[in-house]
Amino acid sequence: MRPIIELTHVTFSYSAAPVLEDINLHLHAGQFAALVGPSGAGKTSLLKLILGILSPRVGEVRINGQAHNSKQAPRIGYVPQLETVDWNFPVTVEQVVLMGAVRRSGIWPWPSNSERQHAHTVLKQLEIDHLAHHHIRNLSGGQQQRVFLARALVAEPDLLVLDEPTTGVDMRTAENVLHTLGDLNLQGMTILMTTHDLNAAAAHVPWVICLNRHIVAQGPPEDVFTVEILNEAYKADMLVLRQDGMLFVQQKPHGHSYHTLVPNPVPGGIPGHSMEKTDGLPASTVSV
Amino acid sequence: MDFLLQPFQFEFFRNGTLAAVLIGGLCGLIGVYIVLRGMSYIGHGLSHAIFGGAVVSFVMAWNFYIGAGIWGFVAALLINQTVRRTKISADAAIGVITTASFAIGIALISRYRRFTRSFDAALFGNVLGVSQQDVLVVAGVTLMVGVLLFFCYKQLLFTTFDSNVAQVYGIQTEWVDTLFALILAATLIVSMQILGVTLIAAALVVPAITARLLTDSFNRMILISTLLGAVTGFIGMYLSYYVDVASGASIVLVQATIFGIALTVSSLRHRSAQRLLHTHI
Repeated sequence: MRPIIELTHVTFSYSAAPVLEDINLHLHAGQFAALVGPSGAGKTSLLKLILGILSPRVGEVRINGQAHNSKQAPRIGYVPQLETVDWNFPVTVEQVVLMGAVRRSGIWPWPSNSERQHAHTVLKQLEIDHLAHHHIRNLSGGQQQRVFLARALVAEPDLLVLDEPTTGVDMRTAENVLHTLGDLNLQGMTILMTTHDLNAAAAHVPWVICLNRHIVAQGPPEDVFTVEILNEAYKADMLVLRQDGMLFVQQKPHGHSYHTLVPNPVPGGIPGHSMEKTDGLPASTVSV
Repeated sequence: MDFLLQPFQFEFFRNGTLAAVLIGGLCGLIGVYIVLRGMSYIGHGLSHAIFGGAVVSFVMAWNFYIGAGIWGFVAALLINQTVRRTKISADAAIGVITTASFAIGIALISRYRRFTRSFDAALFGNVLGVSQQDVLVVAGVTLMVGVLLFFCYKQLLFTTFDSNVAQVYGIQTEWVDTLFALILAATLIVSMQILGVTLIAAALVVPAITARLLTDSFNRMILISTLLGAVTGFIGMYLSYYVDVASGASIVLVQATIFGIALTVSSLRHRSAQRLLHTHI
């Protein structure tokens, strides 16, 4: 079966120095993958190549067997980083979601009944249909993330691409977003997302692509999140812990931890607040 | 009543008012897209570029609308392409391309001093020279822009909201930008005679930002901005007649006054909403 994402010997650069070198990447229908790597690794550039916003200097990018410049362009649902959205733009949730249907909508400025109905079905699926007529600024981070996910789904995409969907939202919202993506993947949606949250990727995403200008490794999180691979990708001293069948990734502090340097975080102590050290870590007890 | 109807005895006033209302509405309409794209400076820059084109048209004995139109359109395209293909930001590209074009106009004026007076009108606006043919051209451009914006509503809305993402969703954003450049150039050319090069930017921006203060809805913003532009065009023309000031200046001053009122109302509304919130907390 032909892969949905097909990058063959792709090299890309903004100036002389290449940002991405000889990338070969295949992602098949129904896969859910996370693109991880340090800042400057080329994650966003790779995403933009897949989205067709950038063109490779060398190599070829095909989505569902089609190049971006082909007559029948591939259908991609894209959820940008929340911080890139102009939240003061005067649009409602419904208007944003209907933007996703632009490719197949008619010439009239207003949406057809079927477009509107489809948008509301998706909003209901994501449990935000009651917010349809709200301004996008007046929503919580999780709701805002779901609005842009709804816009992507309304496009009925072959592929769903998300740029750091868990950045800028609290842990619970991030967890909810990843659960929603997991549900969509179970329904057959192919998903590629970038993230800096390695622990969330380890817990929720079945396939990880570790990038630093080239693909360092790809596979299930258990195979990719090893000290050797992460050290190479992040050029740092990484720590990988396994507990209760889960993987936890952490960068080791440079030679010392904060606690060894500053055993008492408040000089002189806080009245009614005793500080004790247990196993090298401070334990605080509040006396009432 | 006579007081209100008296100016309409004069053909120049009838033509000028009709043109001012149409231009006011037109600038108000496309001003929404300009303000939301964060390109408020483009109206100012392009009108200067078109001034250069107008002078060149005069020197070369070309038709004003065609010569200045092509000049303005090319300048707008150059700005778009410079921003798309280089590291230069929009404001810098506008600054370089439009100022260079304006400088060509100034250089030609200083070389051929004989037509300095007619270009005073182009700089500051003058209704006396608005003929019926000019009104027809303004009406034609208004109709064309209205039809294009109506049928490209979805594409323009998405491209204005987020151009990069719109491209991913299948919108030919380069074509949308080219179309918008054409619309903008056409609008500026027909506005020059009434508003003057130096004041067009305000007519593009002020109704749109006033509307933005009054609503959070894109459709209502378009409606309010267009109506404000048209109404202030009408009031401005009256003021211009009775106070005997340049038409462009009086229209922009009326718009600025309404903006001031809207700003005050919006600030008061915001303050009372905050006070209400504190009371409930």
